[in-house]
Amino acid sequence: MSIKVNRVNKTFGEFVALDDVTVDIPAGSLTALLGPSGGGKSTLLRVIAGLEKPDSGLVEIEGREANHLPVQERGVGFVFQHYAAFKHLTVARNVAFGLEIRKRPKAEIKKRVAELLELVHLENFAHRYPSQLSGGQRQRMALARALAVEPAVLLLDEPFGALDAQVRKELRIWLRKLHEEVHVTTVFVTHDQEEAMEVADSIVVMANGKVEQIGSPDDLYDKPANDFVMSFLGPVTKLGGQLVRPHDLELFTVPEQDTVAATVERVTRLGFEVRVDLNVNGRAGPEGGPDEVWAQVTRGTAEQFALEPGKTVHIRRAPDRLVQPARSA
Amino acid sequence: MPETESGAGLLEQAPPAPDLALRPAIDPGRKPRRGRSRRRRGVPSGRPLTSPGNFAPALGLGMVVLYLSVIVLIPLAAVAWRSTGQGLDGFWHAINRPEASSTLKLTIGASLLVALVNLVMGTAIAWLLVRDRLPGRALIDMLIDLPFALPTIVAGLALLTVYGTNSPVGLNLAYTRAGVVVALLFVTLPFVVRTVQPVLLELDREMEEAAASLGARPATIFVRIILPNIAPAMAAGTALAFARAMSEFGSTVLISGNLPFKTQVASVHIFNQLESDNVTGAAAVSTVLLIVSLFVLVGLDLLQRWAARRG
Repeated sequence: MSIKVNRVNKTFGEFVALDDVTVDIPAGSLTALLGPSGGGKSTLLRVIAGLEKPDSGLVEIEGREANHLPVQERGVGFVFQHYAAFKHLTVARNVAFGLEIRKRPKAEIKKRVAELLELVHLENFAHRYPSQLSGGQRQRMALARALAVEPAVLLLDEPFGALDAQVRKELRIWLRKLHEEVHVTTVFVTHDQEEAMEVADSIVVMANGKVEQIGSPDDLYDKPANDFVMSFLGPVTKLGGQLVRPHDLELFTVPEQDTVAATVERVTRLGFEVRVDLNVNGRAGPEGGPDEVWAQVTRGTAEQFALEPGKTVHIRRAPDRLVQPARSA
Repeated sequence: MPETESGAGLLEQAPPAPDLALRPAIDPGRKPRRGRSRRRRGVPSGRPLTSPGNFAPALGLGMVVLYLSVIVLIPLAAVAWRSTGQGLDGFWHAINRPEASSTLKLTIGASLLVALVNLVMGTAIAWLLVRDRLPGRALIDMLIDLPFALPTIVAGLALLTVYGTNSPVGLNLAYTRAGVVVALLFVTLPFVVRTVQPVLLELDREMEEAAASLGARPATIFVRIILPNIAPAMAAGTALAFARAMSEFGSTVLISGNLPFKTQVASVHIFNQLESDNVTGAAAVSTVLLIVSLFVLVGLDLLQRWAARRG
């Protein structure tokens, strides 16, 4: 149930949504399409589903050329950000829809719907209407509805985007568990890097219609292909004109090899972490002001150094954690 | 592939169901029992009407009832009362006179026909206005309201000019039942269009995409997804068109020629009966119209309650 997208282009008028996009999604994987809004990730998902036609390029599902296949025949399950619940049907009838279309026997439909509702923990809500459900419940119903037809691939477009933070976190973990159980090739779109890192085993970073990098969450975090990926995947600061993760800055009380002196501007406690804003001494920043850099240290380190505004420390990038983009964007 | 056995397996391993764990945080008011949540939703959270020290709601209710009574209910009751002025037998006799029953049959029959044509054509026009990028859409959209804005007698005159005895298009509908139907179609055109159009505009297109991804063909999507969602609006518009057609006077009076037993509609008949001092006859026919309208209204209300309950 692998998906291959080969050199796909798609424009909407003047706007280039997909620019020569090539992505291979292996069977059984859980892949995130990650990027800022308008980066083309939703368009890519809709092209895979057959909801949009690419201007050029090839889409293959299960090794079968899918370009000419309408959405009805692609064997995809699609889950929308705003649930797309069939408002006029009960939860059970929503889930049964795809099976009813396929004219499966009534008894079989009933059995399968019951199983799916149990799978998404909605067995007590079968006879409710979508308007009587919470957002999280509606999205789980939509998921059960998509899974009912045993799709070759499951596509989710910002599935948790409309939910509040608490429900979102629960559903992320739940989606990963569900994937471990049903093993359907799954692609989901998100603009939340934390969500992508937490849920996916492979991430495709997209921006401006282009693929920036494809890899595992660790690969992307530790070996970002460029400045964009590095800054999108986690916090960054600039030291000597180069991007560095704030938790990879080392602090010293006395000068060491490769260190520069800096003055503490502000110390902000954020629970376990402490954010230390620093000005590099004797160096001008890009806008002519002081060269600002911030470090993320533990509470223990902050207390050990007795960090307070005005204090001078010596900083350098941790030599064994040389995280820097392979190439500059 | 989703496997049924594995589905059951997940349930055992999984943490407590998200909805159970989270319900207090996300929806403290909702209880799993359906009846309860319904009732909570149905009752406005304001002060009860009989709350001591606050007469405003009671006063408001009084005002509304009084106004409604003076303007609508009492005159209608008077008509109904008047129709049975010579007993129920008199009422039956009045509406069973050949002229009265003929005019009622024509009016109700033509109104039903017009309502049905509107149901189909009005929905089709609303569909074209919302879903098709046809040229001149804005102009058509504006023209739809013309029958609303026009004095109906002007509509009658316009129709008589085009479809009258000296018809420039060679189609003479004057003094025919077809002419009555055309006039009624003219004035009732906007109802279904204007009730269905906003619902179509608001309709979630992703529902249709979801249905397509589940294997539904366009015709199936229309029948199983779109139609059920716009049906209440279609019914409401059709009922309004029907009620309006039943009461129409101005647009039909010119083109129909008001021939008894042939083209005379109920409102003209009532007018003529009053002119010839047959008040009971006029009231009886009026009462029949009133009862039919009430049935349509109650039916419509039931339909909308059913639709609202469904969400």
